[in-house]
Amino acid sequence: MANLTAIAYLVSAILFILALKGLSSPAASRQGNIYGMIGMAIAIITTFIVANKPVLGLIVGGIVVGGAIGATLARRVQMTQMPELVAAMHSLVGLVAVLIAVAAIFHTGEHHTGIQRIELFIGAFIGAITFTASIVAYGKLSAKFGSKPLVFKGQHLLNLVLALAMLGFGIAYFSTESATAFMAMLGIALILGVLLITPIGGADMPVVVSMLNSYSGWAAAGIGFTLNNSVLIIAGACVGSSGAILSYIMCKAMNRSIINVLLGGFGNEVAAGAAASGAQKNYRSGSPEDAMFLMGNAESVIIIPGYGLAVARAQHALQELAHILHGKGVKVRYAIHPVAGRMPGHMNVLLAEAEVPYDQVSEMEEINNDFPNTDVVLVIGANDVVNPAAKTDPASPIYGMPILEAHKAKTILVVKRSMAAGYAGLDNELFYMDKTMMVFGDAKKVVEDMIKAA
Amino acid sequence: MSAVDPFVVNLTIFVLAIFVGYHVVWNVTPALHTPLMSVTNAISGIIIVGAMLQAVEIDGETITLTSVLGALGVLLASINIFGGFLVTQRMLEMFRKKEKKG
Repeated sequence: MANLTAIAYLVSAILFILALKGLSSPAASRQGNIYGMIGMAIAIITTFIVANKPVLGLIVGGIVVGGAIGATLARRVQMTQMPELVAAMHSLVGLVAVLIAVAAIFHTGEHHTGIQRIELFIGAFIGAITFTASIVAYGKLSAKFGSKPLVFKGQHLLNLVLALAMLGFGIAYFSTESATAFMAMLGIALILGVLLITPIGGADMPVVVSMLNSYSGWAAAGIGFTLNNSVLIIAGACVGSSGAILSYIMCKAMNRSIINVLLGGFGNEVAAGAAASGAQKNYRSGSPEDAMFLMGNAESVIIIPGYGLAVARAQHALQELAHILHGKGVKVRYAIHPVAGRMPGHMNVLLAEAEVPYDQVSEMEEINNDFPNTDVVLVIGANDVVNPAAKTDPASPIYGMPILEAHKAKTILVVKRSMAAGYAGLDNELFYMDKTMMVFGDAKKVVEDMIKAA
Repeated sequence: MSAVDPFVVNLTIFVLAIFVGYHVVWNVTPALHTPLMSVTNAISGIIIVGAMLQAVEIDGETITLTSVLGALGVLLASINIFGGFLVTQRMLEMFRKKEKKG
């Protein structure tokens, strides 16, 4: 029986890996997702069979209620809210890890060996940190809490003291098996989770969400160790490394080290720096009609969308515009910076929702060499990701960050509300170039006016 | 030679799984990074297995602190499983419509 169970878990782990593997191309991805669902079903049924007198009502009830809530969320969530949903789900994984650990501690008549106690400790504290940290991240993403970094003196010292105290209670639990010590350890971990995320600013949220993705995986793996459960360990490890890779990619795209992000407080210093350089500079502005005229007569147009586009809900109008240009024989492509949205790959999903064909959407590395041969670049709702200062000005806070080289195109159109600074609070040299035309207004309104002018 | 400790077996599985995950995820196309995150949300719902193992009868008692905490864990993990897989499916469908047109 135990052997059969282990083999069933192996099958389900392989199906999970196939689900991840499917995402290497949009065509194979749906099949992969189905594999993932089958894998989950196998794991759940197997566990039912092996569990020692499972309480049917409690388990089925939990699955039905939870499943209904999950399905409703999946149906109702707006694509712009994906980062919030993902953050909320990370917190749930963390919370479940905590619940399991506590349930195991109070499992009457069950004794834990030394190594199991260490595993319980690890699974529980990672789970607890993931839980509260993700709630704070969720709050910041959904604008329920302010997204400004909260920094105070002695913050790192406080975190260090708390971490040591947590470890101390962990050791106390290990040596005495005291449930009180375990709960104290958990309490401190919950506080630590909050303190770790509050100093991180809104601009760094893509990194934070990826990192919490990773933590939720490690929490699951930790519980897998405690329960000697291979499928939990494998799935947890895969999710953990997936989140770690995404964090790395996001950090690279923002030219920041993970340590730097975690220590936090980015938004503040930069805003101060930008305020100092207040010299008046000249720029050229034009109407949506002028912009449409330029694009209509171009051979090639590259559209650079930023999160401002999604905020203005202009994706659909933009796709219509691209369609019209395409009809006029203009080659239209979209260029996406890795941090264009609020989580990895977010902008791709937003464009896909607006029915933009994915073969017209290019990643930064693919398209950067094409800008010098491009007639018109339309920057819409993006700012820092096209700031040439990242390449030319070593004094700039974003110096070294990879950018979309829009400034190399023949003509640049920038749709923007006003000349106000972007997310990082920096001025953008691109806006003052001779070949740049600013089109002021709400992104959606401007695009609709462009369509009317066609 | 004595038997291998289960911890070491688990550690072996764990380390190998990290390697597999690392290589598989680097092959994911950047365009699908958001579905990757939502599907990993669903997959980390596998923690439901751990919760189910706590929602058990103990000494003839069905309702104990342990079983109730386990059931709550089952409920929350189910949100992740259903929510994660279904929202991933929804996003991937958006990438499909384009195939026909394009």
